[in-house]
Amino acid sequence: MFNFMRLFGGKSDSSSEQAHKRLKFVLIHDRANVSPEIMEHIKNDIIKVISNYMEIDQKGMDISLENDEDAVALVANIPVNRMRPVVGRKH
Amino acid sequence: MSEVIVITSGKGGVGKTTTTANLGVGLAIRGKKVVLIDTDTGLRNLDLLLGLERRIVYTLVDVVQKRVNYGQALVRHKKYTNLFLLPTSQVADKTAIEPEQMLDIVEAMKNEFDYILIDCPAGIEQGYETAVIGADWAIVVTMPEISAVRDADKIIGRLQASNKKIKLVVNRIRPQMVKEGTMLDMTSIDDILSVECIGQVPDDEKVVDSANRGVPVVEWKDSAAGDAYRDIVGRVCGEEIPFKPLEAETFWQRLKHVFGH
Ligand SMILES: Nc1ncnc2c1ncn2[C@@H]1O[C@H](COP(=O)(O)OP(=O)(O)OP(=O)(O)O)[C@@H](O)[C@H]1O
Ligand SMILES: [Mg+2]
Repeated sequence: MFNFMRLFGGKSDSSSEQAHKRLKFVLIHDRANVSPEIMEHIKNDIIKVISNYMEIDQKGMDISLENDEDAVALVANIPVNRMRPVVGRKH
Repeated sequence: MSEVIVITSGKGGVGKTTTTANLGVGLAIRGKKVVLIDTDTGLRNLDLLLGLERRIVYTLVDVVQKRVNYGQALVRHKKYTNLFLLPTSQVADKTAIEPEQMLDIVEAMKNEFDYILIDCPAGIEQGYETAVIGADWAIVVTMPEISAVRDADKIIGRLQASNKKIKLVVNRIRPQMVKEGTMLDMTSIDDILSVECIGQVPDDEKVVDSANRGVPVVEWKDSAAGDAYRDIVGRVCGEEIPFKPLEAETFWQRLKHVFGH
């Protein structure tokens, strides 16, 4: 297909670059045996727990699996808007 | 002692049998004594690619069921007399051979040959186990396509779990597409799979032509895929052979393609 974005110097990845990125993503999950569906469940549970203590920016939140020299890490980036008042906090 | 190599892939149809045939002939041309074992029971093709389909008398299944010993089932190549095929049955299915039985046969053959190459069927079921069990190391064949690379990774994980060393062959590369950024190249597949690459084979019409004739391209002087296979043979023998850049089509070749020859 004719690619206008590339013709006018727009920043669209070539399809081989897209394949590279998509494979990197999908293989981290394949290797760890963690499907993207499970990641979604983990994310929702994390939100539930943290919301007991802090008010977080759910839209800005991002959790992912990352490969770091043979080990897989669960990396979460959770922007905090503010702490919840101490009163009523569960122990 | 033989070196036992299994040629496997994950996704089907990526060029395992083609690679096995070319490697076998290439090693035989170098004077090695080679046996090729077809484990794709029920869907055998290695005999066709080598032009040996009319010379089969007994198969791997006969050997497993102890009707004959392996020597009686071997088909000797007419032109390369140090090249042998151990064909499999076209009528039985994969359950006819248990992995342990295959292991016994490979062990029995180990003193007779320099190389034992095993052509693995597609998939990860019993046929895979049978093909892989007796191998010292594996060649994983893949294509520069997103689904073939993903499936290769699955097989690589399996092989690593059973402590097999792995080398990669990327088959059917189209240099013109790589140049245009519409196809993954060897370097990026290497980066994704983290496995040492021992070959990049271009997509080449002559592979089909050679299959028609039953004469693998590795012995053809004017074939880009043949060149690539000769390099792979050298690397399997332990030589350090630098990778040559694959040639994209020239302007005139492209014009010829556009106008259909
Ligand atoms: N480098 C190449 N250039 C052009 N065609 C090729 C190339 N390699 C393989 N082919 C073609 O691709 C098809 C599949 O090849 P082959 O039978 O070797 O794959 P396979 O992995 O053994 O398949 P299966 O999983 O069914 O056993 C064949 O038609 C073959 O001719
Ligand atoms: Mg095959």
